[in-house]
Amino acid sequence: MSSDLAELEVSVWRGDAVSGRYEDFRVPAHDNQTILDVVSWIQQHLDPTLSYRYACRVGMCGSCAMMVNGVPRWTCRTHVKVALQDNRISIGPLRNLPVIKDLATDMDPFFDKWVAAEGRHHPSRTRDEPIEQIDPEDAARLEANKGIECINCSVCYAACDTVAGNADYLGPAALQRAWTLYNDAKDDGRQAILDAVSGTGGCHNCHSQGSCSHYCPNDLNPMAAIAGLKRATARSFFKRSK
Amino acid sequence: MLTVRLYMLQRITAVLMAPLVLGHLAVMIYAVQGGLSAAEILGRTQGSVAWFLFYGSFVVAVSIHAAIGLRVVIHEVLGLKGMLLELLTWTAALALFALGARAVIAVTLS
Repeated sequence: MSSDLAELEVSVWRGDAVSGRYEDFRVPAHDNQTILDVVSWIQQHLDPTLSYRYACRVGMCGSCAMMVNGVPRWTCRTHVKVALQDNRISIGPLRNLPVIKDLATDMDPFFDKWVAAEGRHHPSRTRDEPIEQIDPEDAARLEANKGIECINCSVCYAACDTVAGNADYLGPAALQRAWTLYNDAKDDGRQAILDAVSGTGGCHNCHSQGSCSHYCPNDLNPMAAIAGLKRATARSFFKRSK
Repeated sequence: MLTVRLYMLQRITAVLMAPLVLGHLAVMIYAVQGGLSAAEILGRTQGSVAWFLFYGSFVVAVSIHAAIGLRVVIHEVLGLKGMLLELLTWTAALALFALGARAVIAVTLS
């Protein structure tokens, strides 16, 4: 445990929705240490007023995402060794979202867009009807399965340059959710989904840069989901034109 | 700032332009290698309905395709939207069409 004697140089964003700056801290280094450990250590030992958000600490709840050395990461599952550059780490609030205080961002725009993309279940049957049997090997089910591990962490949303340039753009997570539901046999809202992702902030604004897929901590591929929506809306466009 | 309608318009015009670009390049290479003079080229294009349709459709496709692309750049880089964005999109489309149409008329009609 020789590295326990070493210290990390950590810059943490302090501020609110209006202004802020990076504040430097020195944090003891350990062999096994996550970015969330670093933030928690600062809050517990150096400055109890530091605001940040986390819950499960095991990569399931999607609460603790932050910008680490300029890129979005789930901090509870990001080892310091992975992110460290010249013994320095900068930790900031997620990009593309309004800051509430310090490292805590307002997630409302992210979840509002989730709803705007019709990312909610549209029941195909009532509770009085028998449950629909689903073939787990069905092609549409396999396509839907690709997106169901999304934890709503907003890493893809923070990584997306299109969101940065176009505030109306629904973003990768919401569109991936829409594509998952579009392929779900138990969802009865296919046309509503296609209409929702065809407006001014819809899937057609995606430039396929792929930052969402590159940074997704669960190795999901929102860019492929968005490409699927583009194909589905194009088919629907021709059918409706007839 | 792209709806499905604008997206499809841009893709359809791209599909239309692909063979037109190849045809345009092939004609240029043919004309240069064959040693055709400007007068000889104009002699073949002026009064030709085929060349009018070839370059006329090219100009229409370019005007639509490029204006939609510029619309995205203007919105994402300059942050413009609403009526101003519509105005700039249409201005780009009409300007490109006017420039192209002038050339097509000169080469195929006069």
